[in-house]
Amino acid sequence: MHQESAIRPPLILGHKTYGDITADVSAPIENKAPTAWYVLITIAAIIALYGVACILYLFSKGIGVWGLNKTINWAWDITNFVWWVGIGHAGTLISAVLLLFRQKWRMAVNRSAEAMTIFAVIMAAVFPMIHMGRIWLAYFVFPLPNQFGSLWVNFNSALLWDVFAISTYFSVSLVYWYIGLIPDFATLRDRVKKKWQKNLYTLLSFGWTGNAKAWQRFEEVSLVLAGLATPLVFSVHSVVSMDFATSLVPGWHSTIYPPYFVAGAIFSGFAMVQTLLLIMRKAMKLEAYVTRKHVEYMNIVIMVTGGIVAVAYATEFFMGWYSGVEYEYYTYMSMGAATGQYAWAFWALIICNNLIPGLLWFKKIRTSFFWAWAISIVINVGMWFERFDIIVLCLHRDYMPSGWTMFYPSWVDVGTFLGTIGIFFTLYLLFARYFPVLALNELKSILKSSGESYKGDVLPKSQH
Amino acid sequence: MANKVIYAVYEDPELLKDAARKLVTAGVHVRDVFSPFPVHGIDPIIGLKRTRLGIVSFMFGIMGLSLALLGTWYMMIYDWPMNIGGKPNQFYYQNVPAFVPVLFEFTVLCAAHGMAITYLIRNKTLPGMPARNPDPRTTDDKFIIELRTEDNHGHAPEAITGMLRDTAVLEINERHY
Repeated sequence: MHQESAIRPPLILGHKTYGDITADVSAPIENKAPTAWYVLITIAAIIALYGVACILYLFSKGIGVWGLNKTINWAWDITNFVWWVGIGHAGTLISAVLLLFRQKWRMAVNRSAEAMTIFAVIMAAVFPMIHMGRIWLAYFVFPLPNQFGSLWVNFNSALLWDVFAISTYFSVSLVYWYIGLIPDFATLRDRVKKKWQKNLYTLLSFGWTGNAKAWQRFEEVSLVLAGLATPLVFSVHSVVSMDFATSLVPGWHSTIYPPYFVAGAIFSGFAMVQTLLLIMRKAMKLEAYVTRKHVEYMNIVIMVTGGIVAVAYATEFFMGWYSGVEYEYYTYMSMGAATGQYAWAFWALIICNNLIPGLLWFKKIRTSFFWAWAISIVINVGMWFERFDIIVLCLHRDYMPSGWTMFYPSWVDVGTFLGTIGIFFTLYLLFARYFPVLALNELKSILKSSGESYKGDVLPKSQH
Repeated sequence: MANKVIYAVYEDPELLKDAARKLVTAGVHVRDVFSPFPVHGIDPIIGLKRTRLGIVSFMFGIMGLSLALLGTWYMMIYDWPMNIGGKPNQFYYQNVPAFVPVLFEFTVLCAAHGMAITYLIRNKTLPGMPARNPDPRTTDDKFIIELRTEDNHGHAPEAITGMLRDTAVLEINERHY
């Protein structure tokens, strides 16, 4: 059934008891927030408000206020959309795919990664909606007969597949996350002293009892939802990639896109998890739960998916050159891109996504908290450039040289993007303050089964 | 004789399982077990049947797939066929490959949400429900066996508490109701 390795360090360090786990995770909720939290959330909220102002300005004027032109008619908007959806892949991958593979180290990471996923997908959904220009017609994406007769939405279109994929992914991830949260809210409900907190967590915990039948159902639901969410994770970014792959633009029209986009999404999603988790680990004193081993495992996933992405780049570059088609000379992976006016964007992508993450192959670097964090930020930047390159570089050399142009973002482009980062961090900081940031019930279940037979002398043998 | 409910508190899931096994072997009916996390292996001991939620999910999935098939057929083939990029719209089977993403997503949507809603209703965990666990410590670090005298007419309450004292019990609480 379950074989314990003698050389694998325990997943939870120190001599923790069940009560200690509850106390450690509840501490930030019960205590006063540190000043740094107030400073950070103020900054995040100001940036968020600026983004909201930009979006309202956009609604009043139309999307002409973006830097788009006739040749480059998709740019930062769709770049940001794909970037955020990609980031939103890590949470469900960690909690669903790693659950199916029985990877117990996921339990210290999954709660915050899922929260990150949900906030990232909300940010992603903002962009296609505001990109419509007339947001009040957003209901046109639903299969409703329009007012001119019975003309329906087009189920042949990748853009409509996207509507279904993103909305399904978002709602299923939300439900999956919340079902896992219910027992932990119940823990807080039975623990907090302040009246408003008691009321809040009573409401949020839905009257959870924790009896044997409830736990049996809980485990069944977790398993089946994981089974459903796993193909969902892979389908969502496949569908996003089909927005490009089913078009006829050179560089976009490529059968490699779905697997390549999924690998890229996991790559960027894990990077964002690292970025947030390593800060949270220090700020919320979770060193015993998020250990060096967790960071190394995550970095290994980053290395594998980064490797897949690198192979995809090489394939695209080679096939573009080998086809001998002149239009392929200016796709995002081509000699034209590497030497042309957008060479800086091309090399930013290669350096941030291939060269610097390559350092993770050194064990010293991938087990270092600082370097893991620094590299994760570089990957976030690199993956933004990947989407920017795919969209703008493939478009900027149109079929006729008279249409050749460059893209310059307007202040609204920049403000909207920064604004979504602000909203994302505001939501994440609220989550870190008021929600149990580790999956309490799951961590308690591995407390005694992890590392009992550990023979290493670096760490004390966990007590029975 | 007034009905009594006995709560035996344990500190470890393994100790609780040993105790439950002992009680059940002696013919005592265990009403329920409360724990802060799933106690693996307790279900067969106290005689819980496997949940049928997986089947529920499958049925909702089938329902979602059927609805999606019907909807895409009605909208794209029957009601208002459109020639889009030369994709065949005469017969459903010719056009269905283009609908696969939507069919899949809608199946998952219905299966996941149908199951989640059924789960919440069956567990009676819904917004606004009050806390119903017997002891607030069961969501922290204590494990409780619930026994009722009305389930165990063959045993005197004293005999049951005596049996519990022989296990690694932390405390025994009794409540009349």
